[in-house]
Amino acid sequence: MLVYLIRRLGQSLLVVVVMATLVFLGVYAIGNPVDILVAPDAGAAEIARVTERLGLDKPMWQQFLTFAGNALQGDLGDSFVYGRPALEIILERMPATLELTFVALVLSTGLGVSLGLVAGLWPESVAGRTIMAGSILGFSLPSFWQGMLLIMVFSVMLGWLPAGGRGDTVEIFGGLRVSFLTWDGLVHMILPAINLTIFKMSLVIRLARATTREVVPQDYVKFARAKGVSRLRITFVHVLKNMMIPVVTIVGLELGSMIAFAVVTETVFSWPGMGKLLIDSINLLDRPLIVAYLMMTVLIIVTINLVVDVIYTLLDPRVRLAGTSA
Amino acid sequence: MTLLSVENLQTHFFTREGVAKAVDGVSFTLARGEILGLVGESGSGKSVTGFSILGLVDEPGRVAGGRVVFDGTDLVGMGEGPLRALRGKRIAMIFQDPMMTLNPVLRIDTQMVEAVRAHDTVSHAEALERARLALEKVGIPSPETRLKNYPHEFSGGMRQRVAIAIALLHEPDVIIADEPTTALDVTIQAQILAEVQRLCEETGVAMIWITHDLAVVSGLADRLAVMYAGRIVETGPTAEVLGAPRHPYTRGLIESVPQGKLHGARLRQIDGMTPSLLNLPAGCAFHPRCPRADAACRVMPDLATAGPRAVRCHHPLTDEETTP
Repeated sequence: MLVYLIRRLGQSLLVVVVMATLVFLGVYAIGNPVDILVAPDAGAAEIARVTERLGLDKPMWQQFLTFAGNALQGDLGDSFVYGRPALEIILERMPATLELTFVALVLSTGLGVSLGLVAGLWPESVAGRTIMAGSILGFSLPSFWQGMLLIMVFSVMLGWLPAGGRGDTVEIFGGLRVSFLTWDGLVHMILPAINLTIFKMSLVIRLARATTREVVPQDYVKFARAKGVSRLRITFVHVLKNMMIPVVTIVGLELGSMIAFAVVTETVFSWPGMGKLLIDSINLLDRPLIVAYLMMTVLIIVTINLVVDVIYTLLDPRVRLAGTSA
Repeated sequence: MTLLSVENLQTHFFTREGVAKAVDGVSFTLARGEILGLVGESGSGKSVTGFSILGLVDEPGRVAGGRVVFDGTDLVGMGEGPLRALRGKRIAMIFQDPMMTLNPVLRIDTQMVEAVRAHDTVSHAEALERARLALEKVGIPSPETRLKNYPHEFSGGMRQRVAIAIALLHEPDVIIADEPTTALDVTIQAQILAEVQRLCEETGVAMIWITHDLAVVSGLADRLAVMYAGRIVETGPTAEVLGAPRHPYTRGLIESVPQGKLHGARLRQIDGMTPSLLNLPAGCAFHPRCPRADAACRVMPDLATAGPRAVRCHHPLTDEETTP
């Protein structure tokens, strides 16, 4: 296990380095931030001064080396716009995104697996058909449109829930601002969380249903019945555990993208998370922030994949991580 | 005395293409401690017969008629609850493919303990001890440690031993074995057969051994029932049926088994193929493949009983024809 983890960390490091290079080159190619940063009526001297201050006058390879050198020391540069370390700004915004995606993850997995199980066990029933029809709706409707519809129904027409913002927050662990601990924050979170959940839940429902239908006719399920084991235990032990294997893979893969690109939901509900920060930064060509953001994303996804691999071995004993002797 | 009697069992599959009568009027009895070999080709309805007894036929199939009387009670139409109480407790099953019968993500101890506790309220420790004893009984070395293993850590033969151990956990009256040696190597087959034979003698369990392999049942079964297209075409004591078959199909099956001494000789085979259950020939289902068939065979023959033997044929073979 340890050998595996070490080797895996090495691979992850390689991915991070490659990504850093690609991201830096990519961002370099998308335009000159100075044009946006200086006032429209600024003279040539002013432009030259800003260019020099930001270090944009140096050749690309030199800029890259400076970036790489600083990155190794944990410094991903200062934001052009805010004038503060980019990482700091991202980390400030991160709790908002993390708590939103965490709620959405729990909801979409919990609901998705249960509904998918029902639809898989009784595919011909009214409940099964309704669930499947609903799931098609769930991932066919564009996310932003779903979000606006939710706002229209629950905020505008019914007036039950706030349409945007994060509401009251409290600080925990000295500095982490979270909303789920206050009533107001929780109320603000409901709509964006539902918005983020619907698509992923539909995906999980379809996967869970398909896998359930594959597992149920297996000999080991019939053998369990022939042993006289109760239907409840067959469903929740024999079927569920086998069904979770592909579900964990997909949920794991999706989680990374959910955290990194909750952009649409955050924009629709003005949720002050990382996704909204990214969009704003791209608009302002705030290079250090974009780079830092994408680096964070790479780290998050690499970490999640590692965790999924470990969960795998817990679910499926046939999977032994390469490097572990068994 | 009769422990289990299957009377005119009808198990039909209601498919989009029509009704497939996988089991069409099968009757047989099983005495306490007796081993009955249920023989036939793939698709003859022998496995479905086995599953029908325990009410384990999956959709779109169901038992459409007949009775399965076990120890005085009819199991057909019995509720799922009482049937569940019977499964594994008094009638156990062993399946064909040991690679598929054990749940791959659960440890052996989990799968055995749940089988014990499905019927008896005992502590986990006690259930575990019974599981260990059962593994020991079927000849699995160091059962203590093996209990902690997952199915994929066992070979095919060992997995089938585990399945047999699970079937023996409650010392059932009947074990229905659905081709339990088909998926195994010949040497392992022989080991498992010897094991089963020993266990049957020790425990006095009755057995329905479903197979297409005459060589397997010849040394094991007390009686044979040969099935073709959902019907029993011949029954009788094993030695008599194999030594002097009455039904042309039975003879065809026997002649299809390779004989060691006839080196280079061509194997006899039954012409044609098993008919589709959706489109069975009128009368005796075997007549299009039968060398003795004539116009009379277009009418379904009755099962004609003579002493311990019975045959469903208009033109049964005589002793002179079958003894070389």
